[in-house]
Amino acid sequence: MERGISEREPIIDVRHVCTRFGQATVHEDVSLAVYRGEVFAIAGGNGCGKSTLLRELLLLQKPSGGTIRLLGYDTAQLTEMQARAIYRRCGVMFQHGALFSSLTVVENVEAPLREHTRLSQALVRDIALIKIALTGFPLASIGKYPNELSGGMRKRVALARAVALDPEVLFLDEPTSGLDPISAAEFDELVQRLKHWFGLTMVIITHDLDTLWRVTDRVAILGNGRVLGIGTMQELSYSDDPIIREYFHGPRGRAAREPVWNRE
Amino acid sequence: MSLHQQANLTVDVSQGVLRCSGNWTVTSLSRLERQICKIKWPEQRAVVWDGSGITALDTCGAVVLYRCLERLRKEGREISWIGLRPEFAELLNLVADQALAIAKMPVDGQPHWVARLGVAVWTKANQAIQAVAFLGASTMAGVQALVSPRTLRWRMLAKSLERDGFHALPIIGLLSFLMGVVIAYQGAEQLRALGANIFIVDLVGIALLREIAPLITAILIAGRSGSAYTAQIGTMRVTEELDAVRTLGISPFQYLVLPKVLALLVALPLLTVYADVLGVLGGMMIAANQLNIEMTEFLSRFEQAIALKHYVIGLVKAPVFAVIIALVGCYQGFQIYGGVDSVGQRTTISVVQSIFLVIVFDALFSIVLNWWGV
Repeated sequence: MERGISEREPIIDVRHVCTRFGQATVHEDVSLAVYRGEVFAIAGGNGCGKSTLLRELLLLQKPSGGTIRLLGYDTAQLTEMQARAIYRRCGVMFQHGALFSSLTVVENVEAPLREHTRLSQALVRDIALIKIALTGFPLASIGKYPNELSGGMRKRVALARAVALDPEVLFLDEPTSGLDPISAAEFDELVQRLKHWFGLTMVIITHDLDTLWRVTDRVAILGNGRVLGIGTMQELSYSDDPIIREYFHGPRGRAAREPVWNRE
Repeated sequence: MSLHQQANLTVDVSQGVLRCSGNWTVTSLSRLERQICKIKWPEQRAVVWDGSGITALDTCGAVVLYRCLERLRKEGREISWIGLRPEFAELLNLVADQALAIAKMPVDGQPHWVARLGVAVWTKANQAIQAVAFLGASTMAGVQALVSPRTLRWRMLAKSLERDGFHALPIIGLLSFLMGVVIAYQGAEQLRALGANIFIVDLVGIALLREIAPLITAILIAGRSGSAYTAQIGTMRVTEELDAVRTLGISPFQYLVLPKVLALLVALPLLTVYADVLGVLGGMMIAANQLNIEMTEFLSRFEQAIALKHYVIGLVKAPVFAVIIALVGCYQGFQIYGGVDSVGQRTTISVVQSIFLVIVFDALFSIVLNWWGV
């Protein structure tokens, strides 16, 4: 899908962002860039400000300093119309799905289409069904309400809703948290397939090391209010930073890495 | 830039060629979608689709394209493609595969009306059983607390008393004062015409003590506290806090329901007395202002004219209303299941139901007391 922007122009450009809540500093100086077509992960321990950064990227929260450019626009100077247009070009899958509990599965996936387009009812339904089918959600259950679904199924619906409008950028917040290893692996594969089908740029917030090894092109690791390291997982695994070393060479880090080493 | 170029489909009827052009994406398809049902399809058996003009294609565009193709295929046409980019062809195939899977999906229609009636009756009966079970469990918790008062949650009770009783004082005081003013104003007009000015005392006293004060207090508390009970218990249910309480071996009835019932049992009669006082005060001010009845005159007439029974009847109602409001509020809270949506729904039901029941019981009181000649 060509949209007339050159390959290496960053889709997301975060420069010297700092975030404070009263006395507490979450980000001191965070800079990173995400390029078109790559799967970029933001990782780091609990409380390192991953979710806050995501909220800032999604215009849900203003950083205390620094600039964020999203799809070429400075997020601090957006008009309401521009923000709406940007939201149309971004898909978000929230950690717990954030499905609308008063709508059925299929209505949830239709919601963005209804909100942003003037297509006919039947066409909207068809597109929603195809998106639901692509995520592997059982089509017999599309009339159910979110509270009747298991956590894994809810994530699939959330993903289907996130890609309903064929976004350019897809944000995934902890896509594999709360999933059993088999479902998590399936979900990783699903994410890769979506990237292949739609040529998506993805930003994944995660601390699932399996996901990081399997899915991502580049990873930024946050800690102490800044970006401790940025690069491919291979590069990061040679990093000297004590926190990153701990991240990779702790017992879980080794276990996640082994299959990758064996494959090569 | 071709970003806003609308999707287009032109038909060359004589050649049997369909030419697609523009952006076949979700934002530029609405016009074409409306036109497509009016398109005059070519007559030839073999149709050529020319996709070379398509500048962008997404799932939505692929679905629209697939629908056209299916339509022609059903008529037994042969379709050949020219100029479609490989990545677009891949997307079209993906959509076609999924569409086939969707078409195979069994469609479950609406159940028979007998089945629907059965389900409705079963749900209602179940609800009735649950309501009775809830009443039973609450009573048991109450009896247990009577037998061993140590099991009562005094801290919860005190908190509830403060929030639902003490903090309600300003609003209840203001509203009952205004009710006294309103009644006195309306009465003053009529009584002055009859020259029966002094009877304003009887009117204000009996109406307020016996009916208005207990009723307005109960209705306010139902709206203020009953709704809060439902929302609180319901949210606890949604966030699994209620399950956590249960797994600690604490009965939710002891922990949540009983303190609320007891708090209202204490608070509502007290609030009613308070409403009585302020309501009469309001009436008294209007009597002085409109009918020139001095406060001392008003009070001495009040002593003679208003029998104690009116005050007592008003006070007897209050605990009944208290139990209704607390139990309905808690019961609806426990009925919340699943999502956030249900919290709002049940809170509405809770307030409507408790006000409804309060008024029904008030009417019952009137009828029964009338039989007894009180």
